[in-house]
Amino acid sequence: MEPLTWTGIFAPLNYALMAAVVIFAIGFVLQLFRPLYAPADTDITINPDGTASARFTFADIPSEAMKYSVYAVVIVALIFIAGGIFLNHQAGILGAMAHQFTPVWIALLVTYALSIKFKRNLGLYGKLFDSPIGMIGFGLVMFWVFTALFTGVFGMIATHEPLEQLVRMKNEGPGAPVEGVDDPSAYYSHYLLGGDNLARDVFTRMVEGSVIVILIAPFATIFAFMVGITLGLPAGYYGGRLDTLLSFAANLILAFPVILLFYLLVTPEIRETGIPTYMGMVLFLFPIIFFAILIHSKYRTRPEVNTPLLIGVVGTLSIIYISTINQSGTPIDFLNFIDLFDVAGGILTVFVSVVFVNSPTVFRIVRGLALDIKTRDYVAAAQTRGEGPFYIMLWEILPNARGPLIVDFCLRIGYTTILLGTLGFFGLGLPPESPDWGATINEGRKLLSVYPHPAIVPAVALLSLVLGLNLLADGLREQSLKD
Amino acid sequence: MGQFILRRLGVMLLTALCLTFVVFYLTNLYPNLEKLAKTQANNRMTDEQVATWLGNRGYTQNVFVKYGEWIGVVSSKVTVTEAGDTFTRCSRPTIPAEEASRFCGVLQGDFGFSSVFKDEVSSIVWQRLGLTGYLMLWVMIVMVPGALLVGVLAGMREGSKLDRSLSTFSIITTATPEYVSGVIFIAVFSSSAVGLRWFKGTATSAMESPNFENFFLPVITIALYGLGYIARMTRASMTEVMTAQYIRTARLKGVSFGNIVLKHALRNALIAPFTVIMLQFPWLLNGVVIVETIFNYKGFGWTLVEAAGNNDIELLLGVSVVSVFVVLLTQLISDIGYVYLNPRIRVS
Repeated sequence: MEPLTWTGIFAPLNYALMAAVVIFAIGFVLQLFRPLYAPADTDITINPDGTASARFTFADIPSEAMKYSVYAVVIVALIFIAGGIFLNHQAGILGAMAHQFTPVWIALLVTYALSIKFKRNLGLYGKLFDSPIGMIGFGLVMFWVFTALFTGVFGMIATHEPLEQLVRMKNEGPGAPVEGVDDPSAYYSHYLLGGDNLARDVFTRMVEGSVIVILIAPFATIFAFMVGITLGLPAGYYGGRLDTLLSFAANLILAFPVILLFYLLVTPEIRETGIPTYMGMVLFLFPIIFFAILIHSKYRTRPEVNTPLLIGVVGTLSIIYISTINQSGTPIDFLNFIDLFDVAGGILTVFVSVVFVNSPTVFRIVRGLALDIKTRDYVAAAQTRGEGPFYIMLWEILPNARGPLIVDFCLRIGYTTILLGTLGFFGLGLPPESPDWGATINEGRKLLSVYPHPAIVPAVALLSLVLGLNLLADGLREQSLKD
Repeated sequence: MGQFILRRLGVMLLTALCLTFVVFYLTNLYPNLEKLAKTQANNRMTDEQVATWLGNRGYTQNVFVKYGEWIGVVSSKVTVTEAGDTFTRCSRPTIPAEEASRFCGVLQGDFGFSSVFKDEVSSIVWQRLGLTGYLMLWVMIVMVPGALLVGVLAGMREGSKLDRSLSTFSIITTATPEYVSGVIFIAVFSSSAVGLRWFKGTATSAMESPNFENFFLPVITIALYGLGYIARMTRASMTEVMTAQYIRTARLKGVSFGNIVLKHALRNALIAPFTVIMLQFPWLLNGVVIVETIFNYKGFGWTLVEAAGNNDIELLLGVSVVSVFVVLLTQLISDIGYVYLNPRIRVS
């Protein structure tokens, strides 16, 4: 079989793409020097009705050209994707990948169509669709979320098994056809993005890696926020000794170089002693405390709602808590009858250390916001009404701090993704054959100067996810400031 | 002001003590010591032999006593075995245990002996710090002016096309961790697959003779990640200053735009980035570790990875002390500098 080219039958479009990029670059340079040849504000005329109109001059050509070249790139990209969905291998590597991602495209299309249709009723989320930056970021993030979902739950997108080694495919370049197997029909016909130095499919490992990242990063960030909020609100609201103590502890953790902390916490020897598990025991308690106080402070005067709600929520969380920290073979191994599931040891340690590193920063942010908001009138009003301190913190201060916290949440998921990559890069925590992006980059960089593709692919994947999260945060910030 | 610095120094010392104790405790956990014994003496030792080996060298004492010995406020334990061998943690291959001094801790300037490099920890750390310091110097030379320039240019006309493109650039750089950009740079600029081969993919030779070819990629890799963040902070600060009343006054008075930016806005806009730059040091330390590993530049970060990976307890402790102090010192400088730069803030 022939190896696939990048674009297959759409190869002529490459020239259009290149032309568009060149035009964009020229336009960009001309635009930068625009003040030299076209003084600003000269060709704007004020009409009698108070509106202003600008006349089209030659100086506007670069910016118009840039606009159309961007449209051209988008159209070509859409042709690649749409063509790939229907033509599969005929449309080259890109087409075959687009075909594999078909469920993701459909899910994205549905999400966007519904969100844009109902964006006026969706609050801040709906406003996101007014900002192009936010939409691009949201698209990148949801692309990976859907990829992880369809790969992890439905087993769809991946073309091979992440640990499957087909010996002849070692270090083969992108688009190489599968060779040297007894029964070719049992395998997908190509290694779309080539093979790594252990002859595994790079595309499959990238897609499988997204499952690990999408599973750990948002959850770890949520936990870090629970810890940060539960400790930061009282520190900011009460101040005094409590604040001094907690701030000192937070600064202590922040003064640690992150990599040193990882090396100290995630090595197998330390895991043997159970320290990460004990830390998990403490850190995972915070969500339970948070929800218990949240419910109790609101409904404490209505026991008929309060008691069943508390029992339901805290009970469910406690069972999840016990199942999570209980591991056979670690120092915490009791109450096995409630142990519903086991988390792979490596993942739990990674999770705990990432939460531990992130929570002091969240603590500082929440504390700062609480310090600011507690001087507002509505807090004074609640105090006069005789509300308890925890009601004020959780039901008055926290909802009013949501804007900056949501923005920081998006940024922090990105940062957590980077941290996970760092852990993988140093071979800490997860098992070495795990397909997570950091570990794959580390694996691939050994032969980087000869076969760059095994390292480049996960690197670009990680970059696109983090970039998407940053753009999303930027869009959210822009929209929440407009309120 | 003096009292403020004194109090900060006190807190800093307390932080340093707490942190070094945490590192000490974690590195001196029994599984680590067991591994040390097995790598130093014999991999097939029985559990009793390991316990004796560790006991002779004072590793089985209470952790607080050991910490005191390491700090240098408790005299080191001298063990004489039945066979007549003497052990103390102050002995060296060149100094027999009988002649070693009784106190050998950080306070005496003795950071211990590296079990992997077979050398004094302090001399290793100093030598490696020199190499990393040189790397950091160039990172700063590239990063700080670059970031300030990008931030000021983007922030002087908020919402302009220049602002949009520079802001996108800074977002992209903050979204690219060093291990991603390093890998991409090496693949593009030094691999045979792409074929540009402009730079070298390793910086090992840069330890002897740094030049543009072998030093540019590591420097730019670290600098880019920090650059975007500082640039965004500068931009935020600049846009805030540019909407201030006194800028409008200057504009109405007829001062040219260039003069407004350079003479009126710039100084006030640079207060916030100063703090950010100082607080970037801990993150740069991270970047240094990653980049030195990727480019095989045997500096401080590389030493950290080697020490941690090979369970070299004393060296890891030495490295942690230095990095913790670097972080705390930059925090102190940033606080003091902030007060000096911003006359509106008074420390009481």
